[in-house]
Amino acid sequence: MYDWLLFLHVLSAFALVATVVIFSAFALDMATDSRLLAVGNALWNVGGFGTLVLGIWLALYVDGYEIWDGWIVTAIVLFAIATELGRRAQLGYTPAAGGSEAGAAITGAPPAALMHWLRSLVVLALLVVMIYKPGA
Amino acid sequence: MLATIRPDSWSFPLLLHVLGAMVLVGTLVLAASALILAWRDGSASLVRLGYRSLLIGALPAWIVMRGAAEWIADKEGLTGDKVPSWVDLGYSTAEPGLLLLLISTVLAGLAVRRAGRAERSGGGGFSRASTVLVSLVLIAYLVAIWAMTTKPV
Repeated sequence: MYDWLLFLHVLSAFALVATVVIFSAFALDMATDSRLLAVGNALWNVGGFGTLVLGIWLALYVDGYEIWDGWIVTAIVLFAIATELGRRAQLGYTPAAGGSEAGAAITGAPPAALMHWLRSLVVLALLVVMIYKPGA
Repeated sequence: MLATIRPDSWSFPLLLHVLGAMVLVGTLVLAASALILAWRDGSASLVRLGYRSLLIGALPAWIVMRGAAEWIADKEGLTGDKVPSWVDLGYSTAEPGLLLLLISTVLAGLAVRRAGRAERSGGGGFSRASTVLVSLVLIAYLVAIWAMTTKPV
């Protein structure tokens, strides 16, 4: 039970980073295809649900961790911030990613790229919190 | 289930290993998505994206992941005769995975050249072969993630 919870929780975290990588291709003007944006958003939704629900499940399941532990609360707050930044980045990229070849000129406009890179930093901070578990 | 706390000195190499693995899998997902879409509609720009994500994303990420794996294995004393099966599984997916990654990068590069000559060809057979290999590597690394997290004896 614990093994599967942990595996699916970690796999979900991989999906979140895959979203960040896909959005990086847009931020670096390497991608313009709206279907890739859709893949990225789907991965964030599935990964976000998995990390959050399974993470809380793990916190309840494992003795020594509590849902109100500082590092777990910090992680949840960071996830919420990352989700909002990602939503804003997506709004910036959606008009540009209208077709497989269209929109190259406006893809990577500063606000969307800024939101994306900020989300990337927050996701990195989330990973640091998960590995170091400060206060645990 | 009781929480286990690892020594602080293990955290940084573990962070690098996990980060490298996450970026590696993320770039493989990007490359596979781009190449699969290119397979369907023959887009040269998607083939180029698949190639670039393998070359400047997946290969450097593999080096970070593998280098940090060696570092953390050394810290944990999981070397020599003391290598458990889950670490062995990690090695046996990482190294062949690199070989397939290199081959698929070369194939994607050839597909980019071909697509440059004939727009909408999508790189033809080179691109499709690269798509298959990248998908295989991705599946192998998902198995590795399972082994790294569940640590079967």
